[in-house]
Amino acid sequence: MLDVEAQEPPKGKWSTPPFDPRFPNQNQTRNCYQNFLDYHRCLKTRTRRGKSTQPCEYYFRVYHSLCPSSWVESWNEQIKNGTFAGKI
Amino acid sequence: MAHAAQVGLQDATSPIMEELVIFHDHALMIIFLICFLVLYALFLTLTTKLTNTSISDAQEMETIWTILPAIILILIALPSLRILYLTDEINDPSFTIKSIGHQWYWTYEYTDYGGLIFNSYMLPPLFLEPGDLRLLDVDNRVVLPVEAPVRMMITSQDVLHSWTVPSLGLKTDAIPGRLNQTTFTATRPGVYYGQCSEICGANHSFMPIVLELIPLKIFEMGPVFTL
Repeated sequence: MLDVEAQEPPKGKWSTPPFDPRFPNQNQTRNCYQNFLDYHRCLKTRTRRGKSTQPCEYYFRVYHSLCPSSWVESWNEQIKNGTFAGKI
Repeated sequence: MAHAAQVGLQDATSPIMEELVIFHDHALMIIFLICFLVLYALFLTLTTKLTNTSISDAQEMETIWTILPAIILILIALPSLRILYLTDEINDPSFTIKSIGHQWYWTYEYTDYGGLIFNSYMLPPLFLEPGDLRLLDVDNRVVLPVEAPVRMMITSQDVLHSWTVPSLGLKTDAIPGRLNQTTFTATRPGVYYGQCSEICGANHSFMPIVLELIPLKIFEMGPVFTL
C-alpha cells in the first residue's frame, strides 16, 4: 500500500480527482469502485513486468479521495481473504 | 440560519441558492397573479345580478384558457430545468470531502491529503453554553473554505439519511451502498446549519449538520493539512 503523506502537494497547490467524463452523474459509486480496481490491476500488471508502480499512485489518490474509508477497508479485507468479487 | 417566525428562504450563500431564491420569487409572483385573478372572477360571478343561460360554443374563450395556462407552465418549467441542470454541474472541484450518515451522527472524511476523519454529534442540551443553539450545534463542525468549488461525496452506513444545508441550496440523500456527489461554491464566510432530511429512526431530529466556512488562507493553516 502506498503512503498518502508522501503524495502531499506543495502548499497552495490543490489537487483532487478531476471531473471524469465516464461518470458524469450524481451517482459516483462506480467511479470509486473502478478506480479501486484500476489501482490493483495496475499494481499487479506492473509488478509482474518488473516495472515501477509509481504511475499507479494516480488511481490510489482518486479512490482514496472518493471512496468512504469503510468501503476501502472492507474491500482490502476481502482481497486478503480471497473473497473480493472484482476481477483484478 | 433560520430564525423564529421566519417567512421565506434563508439568505443565499452560494450562486445556486441565489438562483433558487430568484426562481422561488418568480414562481410566487405567478401564483399571486393567478390567485387574485381567480378570486376576482369568483367575486364577480357571485355578486352579479345577471343570469346567463344562452352562451355555448365559445371557441375563442376556450382557446385562450387552454393556451394561456400552457404558456404559464412553460414559463415556470424552463427556469426550473435550467437550475436543475446547473446544480448538476461539476466545476473542477478543489476539494473532496466525504460525509457518511450513521444512526445518528455524521462522519466526515478529508482524505485528499492527510487522513482527517471525525464524527459530528449534536451537543446534548445539558452541555450547551450560553449562545449555543439547542438541537442545532455539534461538537465537531465541518470546516471548509469559501470561494473554492467543493465536492461532497455523500453516503450512509446504515439507513437512508439526507445531508442538507439550506443556505447553500444543498440536499443530497445518503444511501447505503451508493455514493452521491454534489458540489457547491460558498460565497461568504460564516456558520451554516442544516438537519438530516430523511426520516432515519428515533434520533432523526438530533443529527444536525454544521458547516463553518472560512477564508482559504486560514483554512490552509488548519488541521486538514497539518494532521
